[in-house]
Amino acid sequence: MIVAGCDVGSLTAKAIILNEKRVLAQAIIKSSFKPEESAEEVMTKALAAAGLSMDDIGFCVGTGYGRDRIPFVGRVFSEIACHAKGAQWLMPQVRTVIDIGGQDCKAIKIDREGTILKFITNDKCAAGTGRFLEVMAGLLNIDLDELGRLSAAAKNPLSLAATCTVWAQAEVIHHLNDEKPIPDIASAINQAMAARVAILARNVGVEREVCMTGGVAKNVAVVANLEKLLDVKVRRLRVDPQVVGALGAALLAREKMEGTKDDRRGV
Amino acid sequence: MIVAGCDIGSLSAKAVILKDGEILTYQVIRAKSRPEESAREVMEDVLERSDISFDSIDYCVGTGYGRNQIPFADAVESEIACHGRGVIWLVPSIRMVLDIGGQDAKAIRLDEAGNVIRYAYNDKCASGTGRFIEIMAEALGVALEDMGEISAQAEEPVTISNQCVVFAETEIISLINEGRKLPDIVGGLHRAMAHRVASLAKGIELEEDISFTGGVAKNRGMFSALEEALGVTIKSPGVDPQITGALGAALFASEAVAL
Repeated sequence: MIVAGCDVGSLTAKAIILNEKRVLAQAIIKSSFKPEESAEEVMTKALAAAGLSMDDIGFCVGTGYGRDRIPFVGRVFSEIACHAKGAQWLMPQVRTVIDIGGQDCKAIKIDREGTILKFITNDKCAAGTGRFLEVMAGLLNIDLDELGRLSAAAKNPLSLAATCTVWAQAEVIHHLNDEKPIPDIASAINQAMAARVAILARNVGVEREVCMTGGVAKNVAVVANLEKLLDVKVRRLRVDPQVVGALGAALLAREKMEGTKDDRRGV
Repeated sequence: MIVAGCDIGSLSAKAVILKDGEILTYQVIRAKSRPEESAREVMEDVLERSDISFDSIDYCVGTGYGRNQIPFADAVESEIACHGRGVIWLVPSIRMVLDIGGQDAKAIRLDEAGNVIRYAYNDKCASGTGRFIEIMAEALGVALEDMGEISAQAEEPVTISNQCVVFAETEIISLINEGRKLPDIVGGLHRAMAHRVASLAKGIELEEDISFTGGVAKNRGMFSALEEALGVTIKSPGVDPQITGALGAALFASEAVAL
């Protein structure tokens, strides 16, 4: 039995292919304007990596912002359900999942069975989402991947007073005009990002173990600042944190197939 | 008796000179990087226009974001109090002032004497402030001062679903790519912004007699969008809507002299 999960987000699209036991292949691409195209492209890439064709896939589940426009899925699930499922499979002891995507942020609380107890989403305000970091990296004229590493080089870390991305942007421009060192400014940006996410996490109630999913989990400074603010260790996952949603989707696809088999047996 | 009011905002600085209870002159300039500089320059400009020297000013009250850095102010008053006082002096029937500046928005309820009963203020989120329209004008490649006119030509204003300035900016880019007409996009943006300010106003309970002040009140598109969102006819303050804070400060100055 081979199944797939496809997570089409606002900035990236992810696909994972599973068999009964393990992950066969995964792929991440930058999203285009059309979710349909992103979905096709990322799935083709994952299939190629696994040496399979679309016909080999028994069932595919879609998730993410563009989930309703993925042509080849049998079913769609919310990102919340998929992230919780993926994180719980990777780390059964996890109780809090903090997922930061390109334009949203979620804190999800789950029990030992992986059932979702509570969740909070912010997709109304760019502060505390990947977009905040993207805007700031653009201002500093650096690669988004570099932003997290820069904090470590800060000698006199600065801070940002504003929460709003627009006002924080003005503050960063001010620091740049004052010729403040880039690492000192980057440190302020990562700290502000973590502070905003911490509010959301506290509102859902942080319970150990905690893990982070989504692209921003790759920013070491945001993770470290968040650990300090929440006074917990964020557990590292054994896969790329960006593919956890797609992984959860694939796991749900597998359950669906197993369920189908059971149904047949029943008949 | 000659008194002055000086309102140092984040984007503009305003000064009003009152002579024997009448507006003698006023001046609006773009704010400098330091509030002290803005204050000096706007005051020098307004004095030159009035053809008087600073020594003839009996009393000066400062207000606005930079009010504590005005070197020559005899006293300071809050912006809320000054806007209320300024508007009620111009149009005595007014019971609510909506003031939208470059980086904030306020809704103020007043009693007959112009005292502030309740107010709501937003400077935390750029949405619903002048910065929203400014950023959208840049994104659309339109001059800020043309936004109101373009908005008036809207036939089927679009619905902007994002409140956040950053997300709304992306949204209008996809609307352009979808081929929506510029006036329809601009009209939709004005509606969205008016909706946001209307929520601020409704939070402190609406009054019938409303006036609209601040730099954004010069935008006719916003004026009508706000009327539509509130379902009332908004009264113009009858002067440059940007000077009501400085005017209120000058009125507080004349009260101080009269005491």
